[in-house]
Amino acid sequence: MHNEPFEPRIVAFFCNWCTYTASDLTGISRLAYAPNVRVIRVMCSGRIDPQFVLKALRQGADGVLIGGCHPGDCHYQEGNYKCLRRIKLLKRMLAEMGLEDERVRLEWIAGSEGDKVQKVVNEMTEQIRRLGPLRLAPIPVPHELVEEELAMAGAEEA
Amino acid sequence: MSKPKVGFNWLASCGGCEEAIIDLNEKILDVVAAVDIVFWPCAMDFKKDDVRAMADGEMDVCFVNGAIRTSEEEEMAHLMRQKSKILIAFGSCSHMGGIPGMGNFFSKDSILKNSYQESPSTINLDGTFPQMETITPLGEVELPEFLEYVRTLNQVVDVDYYLPGCPPPVRLITEALGAILENKLPPKGTVLAPDKALCDECPRKETKPDKMEIAEFKRPYQIIVDSEKCLLGQGLMCLGPVTRAGCEGVCTKANMPCTGCQGPTSRVQDYGAKALSGFASILTSMEEKDVEAVLDSIVDPNGTFYRYSLPSSMMFKSLGA
Ligand code: SF4
Ligand code: SF4
Repeated sequence: MHNEPFEPRIVAFFCNWCTYTASDLTGISRLAYAPNVRVIRVMCSGRIDPQFVLKALRQGADGVLIGGCHPGDCHYQEGNYKCLRRIKLLKRMLAEMGLEDERVRLEWIAGSEGDKVQKVVNEMTEQIRRLGPLRLAPIPVPHELVEEELAMAGAEEA
Repeated sequence: MSKPKVGFNWLASCGGCEEAIIDLNEKILDVVAAVDIVFWPCAMDFKKDDVRAMADGEMDVCFVNGAIRTSEEEEMAHLMRQKSKILIAFGSCSHMGGIPGMGNFFSKDSILKNSYQESPSTINLDGTFPQMETITPLGEVELPEFLEYVRTLNQVVDVDYYLPGCPPPVRLITEALGAILENKLPPKGTVLAPDKALCDECPRKETKPDKMEIAEFKRPYQIIVDSEKCLLGQGLMCLGPVTRAGCEGVCTKANMPCTGCQGPTSRVQDYGAKALSGFASILTSMEEKDVEAVLDSIVDPNGTFYRYSLPSSMMFKSLGA
């Protein structure tokens, strides 16, 4: 593990109608982009609960990218506006808790903008590579549970 | 049958939870008649050694309020767990970290510096800070360690049930005691309160707008509050829609918006994230350029949405804190 270079892990939530379509186009157009994103398709950027973003960061993502339709283009009229307000507020709160701004990014990417997916993903991967891995404080668990887990791990090894 | 043995204890607590037990008023006499109180340091003369002398699991039920911030609280949490069959986290602090949990926005050092040196009301010319051991002419005295961060009770020991609220409402305490005495407790891990939002039992519910749209949040001092109508509908930050019911709206009845002490319903994992999501979505701004201005009307969003639940949130504490 030790001397391997750091490869950022980025979880991306892309809306079905615009950004996910765009990322398909990126592939069809043979535009290569950094393999560091894991894309999760959601029907609308308005479906992205701030809990998803926190859970991704908690479970090992170094950054979260959110892609939705341009303002005015939302398939469901105003899902992307809700997304904008939520993510802006979440980013305010996370900044106050010491999270670097680049780790959570919201982009409007239309279905025709395959090249923008490439640009945004590459840019974000480089920014996070520079920041280094995200290290959240581990959530404490009761000692009994830790001991149980250790006992189980010991049993597996034996 | 002998009476069930019951203990109460407080950890990093303000004392309000103890007050809530006193607020049972004359019902407390029924409790005393039905159970044997074997530990309650706030109200009766018990010492740590009395608990140590008990057999494991000797207490049938123990109610623990307050979060865990010091080494002594950690030790007591373990002791209470060891000596009781059922351990109940009592109140927001032991349930989710509560008000002391906001300490996790800051580092231990900055908290100590602020309290002992920097706060405007402090004069500390010798730079005295609390020490775990101090030699005095009369011998050595000890203080517990102030730990790095605040933990909820279930982050330190295994917890059986949760009584939410700051402090828990009398009705919920009475119901929990009844369930214990009648042996009718729900599955382990249950929060002993209705699993629905406060709006559902709020007397202002009928006036809650069908489509909630807020141009800008107001604080109670900025408006004359209509004492009948939904507070959120009046632009106040009322956390009722994202908070568990069970208090019957004690605050909203008194013109005070809900601040979320009962925590989320069972479908929500991170109270603050869910709350910010709901309140950001009902703001009316559509244009990108207006968003910052409307969000400015949510003053101190972390303190508002994580007021009672930072240690139980997915962040647990600030980075670098
Ligand atoms: S839950 Fe509220 S009343 Fe109980 S100890 Fe904590 S701050 Fe005090
Ligand atoms: S006042 Fe608050 S709790 Fe009551 S109905 Fe309105 S939003 Fe819900």
